[in-house]
Parts: sequence; C-alpha cells; structure tokens
Amino acid sequence: MKELIALTVNDQEYEVAVTPNQTLLDVIRYQLELTGTKKGCELGDCGSCTVIMDGKPVNSCLVLAMQAAGKNIKTIEGLETEQGLHPIQKAFVEKQGVQCGFCTSGMILSAKNLLDKNASPTDGDIRKALSGNLCRCTGYQKIIESVQAASEEMSK
Amino acid sequence: MSEYDVINSRAARLDAPDKVTGRAVFVDDMTMPGMLHGAMLQSPVAHAKILDIDISEALKLPGVKSIVTAKEAGLVPYGVSPARYDETVFCSDRVRYVGDEIAAVAAVDLETATKAVSLIKVDYEELPILLTVKDAMAEGAPQLHEKYPGNICAEVHQEFGDVASAFKECDIIKTTMFTNKRQDAAFIEPQGVLANYDLSGHLTLYSSTQSPHYVQRIISMVLGLPIGKVRVVKPYIGGGFGIKAATNPMELVACLLSMKTRKPVKMNYSREQVFLFSRARHQFVHKMTTGVKKDGTIMALEHECHLDGGAYSSFGIATVYYAGSLLGGPYKLQNMKYDGYRMYTNKPACGAHRGHGGVAARACWEQQLDMIAEELNMDPLDFRLMNMMEAGDVSCNDLSMSSFGMRECIEAIKEGSDWKSKKGKLPKGKGIGMACGFFVSGAGYPIYRSDTPHSTMVIKLTEDGGSVILYSGSAEIGQGSDTTFAMIAAEAIGIPLENVRIESGDTDFGVDLGAYSSRQTLMTGHATKEAAEDVKQQVLEVLSKELNVDLEDMDIKQGRILFKKETPDYSALRTAYIKEHRGWMDNPKEDYLTFNEAARIAFLVKGPIVGTGKYSPPILGGRFKGATVGTSPAYGCSAMIAEVTVDMDTGHVTVDKVTDAHDCGKAINLTSVEAQMQGSISMGLGEALFEEVKFDDKGNIINCDLAEYKIPTILDMPPVEAIVVETDEPNGPYGAKEVGEGGIMPVIPAILNAVYDAIGERIHELPMTSERIYMALTKKQQNP
Repeated sequence: MKELIALTVNDQEYEVAVTPNQTLLDVIRYQLELTGTKKGCELGDCGSCTVIMDGKPVNSCLVLAMQAAGKNIKTIEGLETEQGLHPIQKAFVEKQGVQCGFCTSGMILSAKNLLDKNASPTDGDIRKALSGNLCRCTGYQKIIESVQAASEEMSK
Repeated sequence: MSEYDVINSRAARLDAPDKVTGRAVFVDDMTMPGMLHGAMLQSPVAHAKILDIDISEALKLPGVKSIVTAKEAGLVPYGVSPARYDETVFCSDRVRYVGDEIAAVAAVDLETATKAVSLIKVDYEELPILLTVKDAMAEGAPQLHEKYPGNICAEVHQEFGDVASAFKECDIIKTTMFTNKRQDAAFIEPQGVLANYDLSGHLTLYSSTQSPHYVQRIISMVLGLPIGKVRVVKPYIGGGFGIKAATNPMELVACLLSMKTRKPVKMNYSREQVFLFSRARHQFVHKMTTGVKKDGTIMALEHECHLDGGAYSSFGIATVYYAGSLLGGPYKLQNMKYDGYRMYTNKPACGAHRGHGGVAARACWEQQLDMIAEELNMDPLDFRLMNMMEAGDVSCNDLSMSSFGMRECIEAIKEGSDWKSKKGKLPKGKGIGMACGFFVSGAGYPIYRSDTPHSTMVIKLTEDGGSVILYSGSAEIGQGSDTTFAMIAAEAIGIPLENVRIESGDTDFGVDLGAYSSRQTLMTGHATKEAAEDVKQQVLEVLSKELNVDLEDMDIKQGRILFKKETPDYSALRTAYIKEHRGWMDNPKEDYLTFNEAARIAFLVKGPIVGTGKYSPPILGGRFKGATVGTSPAYGCSAMIAEVTVDMDTGHVTVDKVTDAHDCGKAINLTSVEAQMQGSISMGLGEALFEEVKFDDKGNIINCDLAEYKIPTILDMPPVEAIVVETDEPNGPYGAKEVGEGGIMPVIPAILNAVYDAIGERIHELPMTSERIYMALTKKQQNP
C-alpha cells in the first residue's frame, strides 16, 4: 500500500513511505517531526498548516503527500539561518505579532510569500495575503504591524 | 521616564522566539516511546436511552489495546462547580446531546482506534428532544436530569434596593428584549492530551488546559487517585478563552486508558469535536426594564434572563449569576432586581467564555441606555458620564471599585475618535456608537469552597546568581502571563529581565487556579511579587551580616547592590566569588557589587535560595445568596467607540474604525495590554456580526467547521486605536489589574449603537448579518 516518495523540505532531501490517503501535513508533522507546522482544522479553513510548496503557499492538510512528491517545500523551521531569525520572525517578536503562537507559523510563511513577491505591500496587500490565516488571539493588528516592520527592514 | 526599570514597558514576550520558529511545543507535538492513540465514541443522537453497548467486534480488531465504557470508568459525578456535578466520564444509561461520550479505544495508531470506535454497537431508544429554552420549560417536557426538576439547571433571584418604588419616581421607563446566539470559542488549537501512567503508579497528564489545578482535582476525584499521584502539565496551548478551563472528558479518558494499558495515550479533538464539546458562550434571552429620571439619573433596573445551557452545567451556574451581577456597575444604580434561569437542553453544554456571563447582558443594557439618552435628548456619552461610578464607590450588589478610570477612558475615546464632530452628523449609512463595560480582575472565590491560596509562586536562584527561575502552576495561554510574571519578579528583585526564566503550568510547581476570570495578573502577580521580595530579602540578609551593613541601608537595582550610606569594602566577597570561578572569563570587574556576587555568597552561606509567595483575596461581597459571584479584589473598565458603514441596499455592516480605552491599573507590559484589547475587539466583533452555532431539528450542529462558522479574518478587522488608561489599583501588584476579559464588554453594544446611528433602526438580535439588517431596513420602509 505504501509508496516511497522523495521530498525536499528546507533544502534537505527526504525519502518517506506514505499511504495514498496521507496528507503532506501529517508527513511533515509525524514522519519528518517538523512540528512547527500546526494542525488546526484539517479542512483547509484555518491556515495554521501553511507551508510554501514550489514557491506557493498551500494548506498542507489539503495536499496529499503523494502530490508533493518531488516538490520543494519550506516550513517554518527553514526560515532561520546561521545569522539568526529571519527579519519577519524578528518583526513578529518585536511587534508582538504573537500571542498563543498556534497560527504564527502559517502567518509568517504567508507573509514571507507576500514579501518575496512584493517588497513594499500596502495595508490592503497584507490583509489580502494573510486572509487565509485565522487568528483568534490578536485581532490581527499587531500581525499587520509586524509584516509592515519586516517589509521596511527587508527593503533597507 | 517610568519610575520602574522593568515593568510598565514594552518588553518583548519571552515565548515569542520559540513561537516564531516553530520550536514551541504544544500537546500534539509531543510523542513518547510506546505511545498509543485514543479515540472516542460519541452519541449520534441528541437524546436516547442506551439499551446495550457491544464492544465485542471492536475488541477483535488487531492493534486494539483497550476499550473502556462506563463499566470501567465508573460513575463518579463531576463537573465544574461542586454544587452541580452532573456529568460522568461516559454515559451509562442515557445520552443527552449529539456528542455525549459513550466509549473510548486505545490502539496502536489513530486509524485503528477510529476503526474500532466504528465497530462498537450501541442500541438506542430515542427520546423526545429539547432544543430551546421554550421546549425545556414547556409543561410535560421530558426531564433531562432527575435531580433537577423542570429542566432548571440553576435559578437566581436577587433584589437590591426597592425596584418597584424606584420606578414610581421615574420619568422614563424603557423595556427591551435582546438575544445573542450560541458562540464557539474557535481557538485555533483543538484540545489535545497525552496521559502517561508510569510504572511507579504516578499519572502525568499533558493537556491543553487553562487550569492545571482544577483538572488535577477532577482527575483525582473521578479516577480515585491521591492528588499527590496526579500531575497535570500544560505545554504551550493555542488559545482557550474560557473553554479550556473546564475539565474535558478526553482528559479523563486518556488517563483511564493509560492506567489500563500502562502505556502513554495521546488523544486529540478534531475541529468537529471542539464544537461538540462546546462549553462556550450561552445563548441568553434578556428582558430589561430601566427607569430613569428626566434629569438623566438612572434609578432602577429590572432584569430577567434565560440561558440555553445545553445538556450539562459546566461553568453555567457562575454564568447565570454573572449575567445579573455584572450589571451592578459601572453606573451608580441603587435598585436592581434580577431573575435568571439556566435551562437544560439536548445540546452541547455551554460554559465560561471571555467576558463570562456578562457580554450579552452588557450589549442589551448599553443599547437600552442609548435609547434612553436619545429620549432625554442627551449625548449618550454625557448621559453615561453623569451616572458613572468613581473610585471608592460600591455597587448595590456589593462590588467595590477600588480604582476606576472610566471617566478617563470616556475622555480618551471621545478625543481619539473625534466624537463631537461625528455624532449625529454622519450621512445615512454611516454611524458612530459608544458603550462602556467593566469586569472582575479575578473571581473573589475559587470554584470549589476552599481556603486555598488562589496563587502560589516559588522563585529559586541558581547557585551562581546568574538566573532567577520562577515555578508556577499558572497558565500561559497566549495572553502573555509568563512574561508578565517574569517582569514583576525582575522588578521586585532589582535585576534585568533577561536573567529571569519561568517554568509554569505544572501542578508540581504549586497551586494556581489558572487562567480564567481575568485573574492571573493581579493574583499570580501578587504571589510573584511576594516571592521575589522574599528572595531579595534573603540575599540582602546574608550581605548585611557579611558586610556588617544594616539591612535598611541596602537595595538592589538593575542587577547591582546599592548602599544608601557609605559603600563598605566588599573586596573580600569579590575575591571569594572569583576564587570559585577560576578560569571563568566573565568575572565581575564592575565598580559596584553585582547581584550575581551577592547571590553566590548567599548560596554559600544558606544553601539554595528559594523564595515563596502566595495570594488569597480578602473576604469580599455581601451575605445574600450568590453574593460571591461578581466579587473581585479589583475591576478593570473600558469604553469603546465604533464607526460603521451599512450598505443600505444589502444590509452589509462594515466596522470602519474602533477607538478603545481600557483601565488596566498599572500596565505591566503595555504592548500586551493593547494586544488583549485588540483581541477582545475581534472576538466581540465576530459575535456581533457573524458568529452563530446552528443546529438542525435533530440537535446536530450544521456548521461545525471554521468555514461555515465564521470568525473574523484579517479582512474583517478595522484599524483599532487601543488607548491604555492607567490608574493605581490599591489591591493590585504595582497597581495592576485585568484587561484580558474586560476588554470585550463594550464591543458589541458600541457596534449596535453605531449601526442604529447608521440606519435608524434598533437591532435586538445577534448576529447582525446582512439578512437581519436588510429585513430591518425593509420593515422600516414598509412601516415608516
């Protein structure tokens, strides 16, 4: 039943045996043990499982592991470098774009996808880019301020 | 410049780096060798007799390790309030809602456990179901709990002053009805647990709980284990908002399965199960009559309320009391009568949810007060100000406002929103509205009757003095409490925040009632300050002897020892310290004695330096029945202005801007205070505009997911100006009090009043969907 697939996650190559009904989310969390990607609804509603796959943000709970075979995937664990936190991560710390932290990984990856494509987003651009990520704690304001601060820092 | 070194600042949260990198560990991120997975069988029908449970087929499935039902779990009643323990781990003879728990399986993996659950056969004899308060109150209605006749879970009857006489003096008497809808907390992390009954007979439960202490007690009571053998640990948790304060069946079931199998057992709720467990905001039906003199003096309030409680009590007894008692302020009101009824129905139980019990009541009353102000031809803001309580006032139901910056809050939002140039001057379809609210800064009494301290704190110095570690049973649930306590400890000892670490959420660290009733900043904050002062005292006492300096002549600030008089010769201490650290490159070179040196010397003299603190509120409240609910050592208060646009063709409401002010006493962390205000506003906005848990006629929830149950997205939230108003609360640590729950109180009525300003129609039922507004506009056109 299981089939071997190859994945590149955070620039590291993996070979994993997966069943046809297994989601990319479950493979990332329970087989690769990259638990920074969160499971909030398993229906593609909340966005807390967001990862970047071949340059596009996806809800990893809606992607079958087999569909991800051969793809290049970035999870929250792949953002830090030897130089420390990514500027978006730094901004979320400084502006307190974080409360419980459960939506944070997905928020940051959606923000990264935005800033990779649009270095100076407007308030409206930020809202549109993060509209698939639900947060129940912050009221979003400090998340927007975090993304704005990151954008300014990254444009320097 | 702040007079403080650490508190009253915008320090970054201690947990933020872990959370932005994905390193923060939540329950479902944990794993243990040999771990089994659990799944539960929950009732598919809303009300039925259980005739038979057959687990034989399920037991045959390879990989199944244990199946438990009421037979194994026993029938010890539990719940939240000991006055109404009306739940058992599993149903034995009757199910009372779709989702009631019947059995559970532990298996080698989740797929097997789920398959086994589907193989358990249950014979039901279906019974008539009660889906509304009206159904529950009907004559001849089936009785959901034999112990509680008439399906009345709890009723409250209170009168303060003399309402009937007061009404005789009034020029305006206004009656309105109001209802909200059942809400879901919709925290992003579904509840999860990992139970480990180890081979020495100690049980450890890792759970996404807001109150490790209450869960520990319930597990101990229900499973018959000594409290000392039960440890409950809260890892990082993904929001709670009140719901995770009630012990859930999964917490008990996972423990039971682990005890049966002697293996660690992990379980999680799916999103659907989060809705089925519910325990969130009740649906309230309020009827309020307010009497006012023509000079604007509020004289009396007569209030009747019915709560659709669902199948069990959970926090509901407190809820029905709070729905009445939290109208005792923020206005001077001498006469108040309240009759509240919480009814059992065949739906998931409701419970405590941010702004516990008071949110819908506040919405009803604040809208009614706006209607009265209009009749009096008074600015609603001035009308409120003239009736406002002040610091030192005590409400008719004995709630004492030891600090109360409501006047400052109203002034702040008035200016911040440019109220004067907008109120009454906006075009059709645009509106502005305001409202006020207040909330307890921690419940005055624990859920169970006890003289226990509400919070304890243990602070230990590392032997080199380099770190101060806080150990607490309190619950960081996202609100930032860990950072708050670390800041308080750093301030009280006199050291930099970076030298403080906190371990919390573990019953092994002491008693703390947890994160509910907006209590931790004040209560755990007090315990923290006391423990920190104890540590400081111990260090200084040793120094005093070693250096022969009077204790009163020394202090610690910013990590350095201050000598108020002549600085003594401390070179011997420094030499001793450096000798112990031969080879170290960072030995003290400062021209002052450091805290590290002092702490090390204290350790050498005394052994481990451990400070402890505890907090219990004073005896609060009156002597009438239910007087405890609503009491608190202090009250936070807030005022908010909402500006809205209503599409006059479609009825769609957009909140354009919010100006909000909250009196939190002294703000320990200003950024965290704003963050709580903004979060409260989004939750209130959701309840005002979209949120409603819907049922079909069989008692099934038809929108148990986050697509059909709509919470605010980033596109729905307006810019929020959060204004922190500071007062000096005499009963709070450094003058601090609450913000987490109180922040939600004015949100819904401010939006209601703004929508009225925009369309000229009062809305008395939530949520304000386009359809509901459209119907109101249509009705207005038909009967202008």
